[in-house]
Amino acid sequence: MGEGVVLRFDGVGKRFRRRWALRDCALELPRGRIAALVGPNGAGKTTAFMLASGLMRPTSGRVDVLGVDPGRSGMAAGASFVAQDKPLYRALRVDEMLRAGAVLNARGRWDTPYVLRLVDEAGVGLGERVGELSPGQRARVALALALGRRPDLLLLDEPLAELDPLARKQVMATLLAEAAETGTTVLLSSHVIADLEDSCDYLVLLRDGRVRLCGEVEELLAAHRHLTGPADSAADPGAGHVVHRSTVGRQTTALIRDTEVPPGFRAVTPTLDDLVLGYLQQEPAPTSTGSAA
Amino acid sequence: MEFRIERRSGVPTYLQIVAQTKQALRLGALQPGDRLPTAKDVVSRTAVNPNTVLKAYRELEREGLVEPRPGLGTFVLRSLARPGSEVDAQLRTDLEQWMRRATAAGLEHEDIDALVADVRDRHFRRDGRDG
Repeated sequence: MGEGVVLRFDGVGKRFRRRWALRDCALELPRGRIAALVGPNGAGKTTAFMLASGLMRPTSGRVDVLGVDPGRSGMAAGASFVAQDKPLYRALRVDEMLRAGAVLNARGRWDTPYVLRLVDEAGVGLGERVGELSPGQRARVALALALGRRPDLLLLDEPLAELDPLARKQVMATLLAEAAETGTTVLLSSHVIADLEDSCDYLVLLRDGRVRLCGEVEELLAAHRHLTGPADSAADPGAGHVVHRSTVGRQTTALIRDTEVPPGFRAVTPTLDDLVLGYLQQEPAPTSTGSAA
Repeated sequence: MEFRIERRSGVPTYLQIVAQTKQALRLGALQPGDRLPTAKDVVSRTAVNPNTVLKAYRELEREGLVEPRPGLGTFVLRSLARPGSEVDAQLRTDLEQWMRRATAAGLEHEDIDALVADVRDRHFRRDGRDG
């Protein structure tokens, strides 16, 4: 599979009554990436998934997923979406749930043997009731169903929420292993950055309904420096390029972008944590490209 | 072989994979002709991004240590185990004696690491080589 953009938001806005959940959002997701969608609660992550999967239509702008406009023609055949509450029928047995998946996807490229293998690898018996599975097992059944469509793009809203650390790792490992084999592009949201470090190679950061950062994790990290230095230093850590700065006692730390390291400061490449927290604490939250209120 | 990724080490993940592979090549745990674990194998054990594993393998390939064979996997081309095993054995004996003296003198694990690293770094700097 070559490069190419599998998901594109172009000036996308979504308004609920008077509140803009998303505003002027531009983002591109290249094929083959494992992308993290991060941001605080209420930043617009779930709205972004709703728009990408065609469950909502944007108030303004254009959404393109695998060449189709999901708001008009429904979810792209090559896309798969698991909503935050992992909507499985709790009263069904696992085999009945899988049959439902097969029937609902009869016109697509549903792959029953593949789904059975994933469920088996999750240690889930076909006769078990969905409602009696552990949260980790339920997450893996939901993931198996989503992968059963053999998607080119997998959209996962908070797939790791409410899972214990072991289950989080297992779900992420399954997801990445399947992506490694199939080349599926993944967009997943989470607000636990530790789960994403090392796993995701692309980052989309939302705050207050706007895209603050979008790009390859490696490039974003390389473009920033995490500074530590004396609080009373006359040197100004790169005015205009400071994302966030805080002073505790005699020490100042700052996240800066694309700028020289001032004398007296120690600079290291930020971790993903540093980067995300820096942008989430940025003040005042800048208003992006010329949108009239 | 299995990779152990330390998330908080500050060392980029792909370099950890490169270093651990080289370590296995040095110790003979990996030998010419052996196949490295597939990206999928590594990912399913570590939850590391598959592109990171591939980047590490490309680096090992660039250094001439491994070779990808399309459809088959990535294979070890050469070992890093050094032939002079008698010299190595003598050095190891010397080092073990030194280590006994160091522990007898009350040095802790970290003290020894710091001392060894310092001497090693000074030595290589003086020789004008890089480590």
